[in-house]
Amino acid sequence: MEILVSLTVGALVAIGIWMMLDRGLLRVVLGVVVLGNGVNLAVFSAGRLDGRAAAFVTEAGAPALAANPLPQALVLTAIVIGFALFVFALAVLKRSWELHGKVETDLVTAVAEEPAPDLPPQGDKA
Amino acid sequence: MNALIVSPLLIPLATLVATLLVRRSPRAVRTISLAGALALTAAGLVLVGLAAQGQILASQAGGWAAPYGITLVVDRLSAAMVAITGIVGAATIVFAMARDEDPARCRDFHPLVHGLLVGVCGAFITGDVFNLYVWFEVLLVGSFALLVLGGGKRRLSGTVVYVVLNLVATMMFLLAAGMLYGASGSLNMALLAQAFAADEVPATAHAAVVLMLTAFSIKAALFPVFGWLPASYHVAWTPVSALFAGLLTKVGVYALIRLVTLFWPDAGIAHEVLLWVACATMLIGVLGAAAQVEVRRILSFHIVSQVGYMILGLAIATPLALAGAVFYLIHHIVVKANLFFIGGIAARLTGSERLAAMGGLYARAPWLALLFAIPALSLAGIPPLSGFWAKFVLVKASLDASAWIAAAVALVTGIFTLLSMSKIWNEAFLKPHPGGAGGEGGGGLRSADGLQPALWAVGTLAAMTVAIGLAAGPVMDYAVAAAEQLAAPAAYIDAVVRAGGN
Repeated sequence: MEILVSLTVGALVAIGIWMMLDRGLLRVVLGVVVLGNGVNLAVFSAGRLDGRAAAFVTEAGAPALAANPLPQALVLTAIVIGFALFVFALAVLKRSWELHGKVETDLVTAVAEEPAPDLPPQGDKA
Repeated sequence: MNALIVSPLLIPLATLVATLLVRRSPRAVRTISLAGALALTAAGLVLVGLAAQGQILASQAGGWAAPYGITLVVDRLSAAMVAITGIVGAATIVFAMARDEDPARCRDFHPLVHGLLVGVCGAFITGDVFNLYVWFEVLLVGSFALLVLGGGKRRLSGTVVYVVLNLVATMMFLLAAGMLYGASGSLNMALLAQAFAADEVPATAHAAVVLMLTAFSIKAALFPVFGWLPASYHVAWTPVSALFAGLLTKVGVYALIRLVTLFWPDAGIAHEVLLWVACATMLIGVLGAAAQVEVRRILSFHIVSQVGYMILGLAIATPLALAGAVFYLIHHIVVKANLFFIGGIAARLTGSERLAAMGGLYARAPWLALLFAIPALSLAGIPPLSGFWAKFVLVKASLDASAWIAAAVALVTGIFTLLSMSKIWNEAFLKPHPGGAGGEGGGGLRSADGLQPALWAVGTLAAMTVAIGLAAGPVMDYAVAAAEQLAAPAAYIDAVVRAGGN
């Protein structure tokens, strides 16, 4: 099971990075999401996967077949945070699309590297 | 006691909520926002006062003892960082009051700044690796929104670069945290430090720490992963980019210092790698600045090169070098934020931040020239300003440790920094304004009306720079004591373990 999950994580990370190398910004953002899911799965697998008993620690000690609940809690946190960041990235992407009409990484870099705009002539609001 | 430890989190959080509640009234928003930042500064100074006596404050969230509760720890370094965060936050808020004609921007700016401050302070006081990740995310969300504040093509494009690269860095951090937990069974920094010291961790834990340090290196903008910083800082609104310049990379530096001193207190291969990275960062940063022709871009590259100095102190790892790194952190945050502020004022007066289109400031605004000279010379390391002592200690520590190349690189970088600052001085201040003699302020300049709050902010930070330089003794004593705490993590571990639950 661990092997299978590890391979899946590897595949997800590879796909994510490959997508992030794409020219289109939409793919880059989606690549971040795929990469994020790969990472989440990796963290999840840190707490053993064969949990068949509830992880309640009694006075008799921890049940043998329980998975460690902490990585699960960590992943929940990470998923929520990741979702919020994904939404923000999509909002930025949408706005870029509205302003430029296309979203390509080269264009984004070129625009960010443009010389600083001068303030408008006096009389206008700066 | 517990209330005091969590106050760096509660104060900005409460301020954030309060500014949201009164958002219809810009005046109320500004007042509450400033009060919150000043309260944070006060709390930070109280913490510094307590930490200066040598005690390490620790608290367990929820009353659960160390491995289960989330640990908050305030030692000398954390306390100083919280205080300086409050000061820079307050200065930013004061600066943003200057002729702010965009009520919508003001309304959004203040809550976001406090959101960012929560994340920054949280990262400084947490004693738990995963909690550190969460604080990084908090400050990241705040910084995303702040960076894009005001909109426009250029700002949006810079934000895209910043967002994508920082997301990748935080994911690396998350992966490393998961690996570290899988390998060692703990996320508490103090307990991890114990396990590392006792050599009870498998090799994968070391690999996880390396991955984590790589993620922090991206955050701290070290060579060769600094590319996102000069690609994005120059697009933001001036107060925003000053706040970022002062605080954000320093959170990464702080995290590097904290983890390396806790997990690998003895000099080893990691320190050797860091030493070379530090040298490359200093040189590449300052050479990159030489190629730039806009004020904020020059300053952005200087952030990179200055971060190299702090990592140099960490890499050499003697108590003196660590003290130099701590002193450098304190000095640098004030100076760098101030330079961005002054760059913003200069751009407002001359109508541009391209050096070619600036000029005439020395003739028409000599007060600004003086205010620029203080942090600029301090950045380059001219005595008696704060930067001199910071560089002096670091170079001395490098020489003591026979790191000749590092010492040479540090000195050469100082010279190039001076060249870079004189470039800004010549272009923006000395030469006549290319626009001719017109303009409200005369000499092609615009009027300085409504900039008084900005000047207050700049003047206060400049005064701090001079004060740190003239009264370097007490500050250096504090930095040395902080470095002693860092170099001997036993007290830190002890404080965390002792702060049991209820």
